[in-house]
Amino acid sequence: MNVNLHLWLIPLLPFAGFLLNGLLGRRLPKWAVTTVALLAPLAAFCVVLNAALGLAGGNPSTASLPYIETCPMGWINVGTLHVDFSFVLDQLSLVMLLVVTGVGFLIHVYSVGYMHDEKGYARYFSYLNLFLFFMTVLVLAGNALVMFVGWEGVGLASYLLIGFWFQKTSAADAGKKAFIVNRIGDFGFLIGMFLLLANFGTLAFSQIAAKLAANPGWQGGVLTVIALCLLLGAAGKSAQLPLYIWLPDAMEGPTPVSALIHAATMVTAGVYMIARTHVLFDHSPFALSVVAIVGAATALFAATIALVQNDIKRVLAYSTISQLGYMFLGCGVAAYSAAIFHLMTHAFFKALLFLAAGTVIHGMGGEQDLRKMGGLWKKLPATFAVTTVGVLAIAGFPPFAGFFSKDAILYAAFMQGGVGRVLWFVGLVTALLTSFYMFRLWYMAFLGEPRSEPNPHHGTPWSMLVPLEILALLSVGGGWIGIERFGAFLAPATGPRAVEAGGGNLELGLSFAAVGVAIMGWLIAALIYQQKPERATELAGALPTGYKLLANKYYVDEIYNSFIVKPLLGISRYLLGGIDLLLSGIAWLIAGIALFAGMILQRWQSGNLRSYAAWLAAGAAAVLLFMLLPWPWTSAWPTSVEFILKTVRH
Amino acid sequence: MNAFSREVPLAWYLLLSAALFTLGIAGFLFKRNLITVFMSIELMLNGVNLSFVTFAQQWHAVKGQIFVFFVMVVAAAEAAVGLAIIIAVFRARATLAVDRIDLMKL
Repeated sequence: MNVNLHLWLIPLLPFAGFLLNGLLGRRLPKWAVTTVALLAPLAAFCVVLNAALGLAGGNPSTASLPYIETCPMGWINVGTLHVDFSFVLDQLSLVMLLVVTGVGFLIHVYSVGYMHDEKGYARYFSYLNLFLFFMTVLVLAGNALVMFVGWEGVGLASYLLIGFWFQKTSAADAGKKAFIVNRIGDFGFLIGMFLLLANFGTLAFSQIAAKLAANPGWQGGVLTVIALCLLLGAAGKSAQLPLYIWLPDAMEGPTPVSALIHAATMVTAGVYMIARTHVLFDHSPFALSVVAIVGAATALFAATIALVQNDIKRVLAYSTISQLGYMFLGCGVAAYSAAIFHLMTHAFFKALLFLAAGTVIHGMGGEQDLRKMGGLWKKLPATFAVTTVGVLAIAGFPPFAGFFSKDAILYAAFMQGGVGRVLWFVGLVTALLTSFYMFRLWYMAFLGEPRSEPNPHHGTPWSMLVPLEILALLSVGGGWIGIERFGAFLAPATGPRAVEAGGGNLELGLSFAAVGVAIMGWLIAALIYQQKPERATELAGALPTGYKLLANKYYVDEIYNSFIVKPLLGISRYLLGGIDLLLSGIAWLIAGIALFAGMILQRWQSGNLRSYAAWLAAGAAAVLLFMLLPWPWTSAWPTSVEFILKTVRH
Repeated sequence: MNAFSREVPLAWYLLLSAALFTLGIAGFLFKRNLITVFMSIELMLNGVNLSFVTFAQQWHAVKGQIFVFFVMVVAAAEAAVGLAIIIAVFRARATLAVDRIDLMKL
């Protein structure tokens, strides 16, 4: 099978949309902006789909994957460093591309309705297309440097979209925070890349894998350092401990942006990166266990914060961090296919939940406080239905998508034994908390009595409803493929599933445990929020310290502020006042000398033509004198002079 | 020794060329009238031209001759532009005294 899949079209189409809407969008009519903005991701999705269907024509496991496309001009050729601009399509990037362009397109459609009255309509869509461009570059990357280009690019798009309403100080600050915290992660990624170059001499994923396959005995050591550096990068992008703090603030952006970038696609880039470089992690058991512990800790930590948040988007934001923790946990127990499986189903149901939250906010006229909602099932019946699907999916009820993927991760953790059992238990507790806070949101927003009047003028346009319905269908059926078949499909890219079958009974028992905690979470939420809403405040009053700790998010922001941000600011001020002053003083001194010299020399500039001519003649005479006269340091006279004198004497 | 130099030595040509050039410089520096200054420049150019053709003859090289053509073309163009400027200056200031044209002064 030697077909040309034209992978370069996938990023380039959204980029064309970005250029068109970014440069001309303000002068184009709205329908043209919408057409361009929607066609770009749809066309990209069609290219991906074409590739996928072409592969499905043959047996996918024997089809000629990975398919590599390299820019024929080369990219970086400096000394011994050779990096190509290459794209690679394998099972892993194919799944990821389908999610990114598919969910991305749905969210574009949703945005048409959501951002309808927005002044920066064209700007919004050009940023959104720009994001898709960089995200597809990231996913298609055949080496770490191309991935880094996409990695930084999605960071830029994220910054631009978080700060979309840049007139609001909080939005602008949130954008900066996201960018700066991500820089810390990028630092790790960069150091990891340098170490890869130093130790492997290449950045191409396939060559790294080949070199490691040739040396199966190479374990730990520098590989651990590289893997931990990459983990730092992944933790920054995927909002894991200790770099998760930017994601909750990122909710300042428009809600579809939160759905696309900060739930479904960009934040999963870290998980994708670990799956992409999994051979490195496989050769370093220590780094792998760090990944697992970071993931489990983040999952639990973020889930506890989500318990008491009152802003609907913040609940979902902490829930996203927690679910990303699950994916890291899956990577950490070497169940990469399970992690990617959860990544996919999470993209479906979390995008659904965010978009549904957007519809609620839209319907409430901009209100995001759960305490002011309630009884919305009557006003927004369709949204209520799809949110119910999303809540059931994330809480892990069969047969919804989240059940299968979460179960696969927990099962893999359990089967690892040892620390894996502890991690499994943490995951199970997190599942209980997840179920509780999601049903809390469900009860507070949709059931009970209305606590304030919804905005009657805001209907829900079809452009918002259709994506919700499609995502709801995917949230129901997205997991039915099952981890067995999904893992087998991904196996050429992520290695075979490491988990041995533990016998049907154990698997079934673990599934029952997972469903059990999900039901328990629902019951507790029902007990508090359905029967007696005032019980929540009583409970908070009974445990004042715990409640305050959670409501203030463990004071992590404050701790970072006083231990990292303030000292850094102090050092910066010192540098500005001390060293910077010295440096600029030197610069000013040099400038002053030039200024002084100029003040003296400008007298020459008399404006008198003849004085200029005289100086010119004098200068020419001086040059001639210098060249012709027998100065003591010239050993012989210039040949021209010799010649002239000879001819004159003649 | 070729036939040419037997009749008139090379040095004579060079001395004439230097004399023309020096006269040009002197006129440029000491004359007040803009037109005279302008003619002095032409004189300098011709002095240089003379040395060009002299050496071209001496070395039997055609490059010197070609250079002279270039100098003459540039001089002609310069004369056209220069005269236009002189007329414009005279219209604006009713004088051609070089010392009084000092608007470029800082």
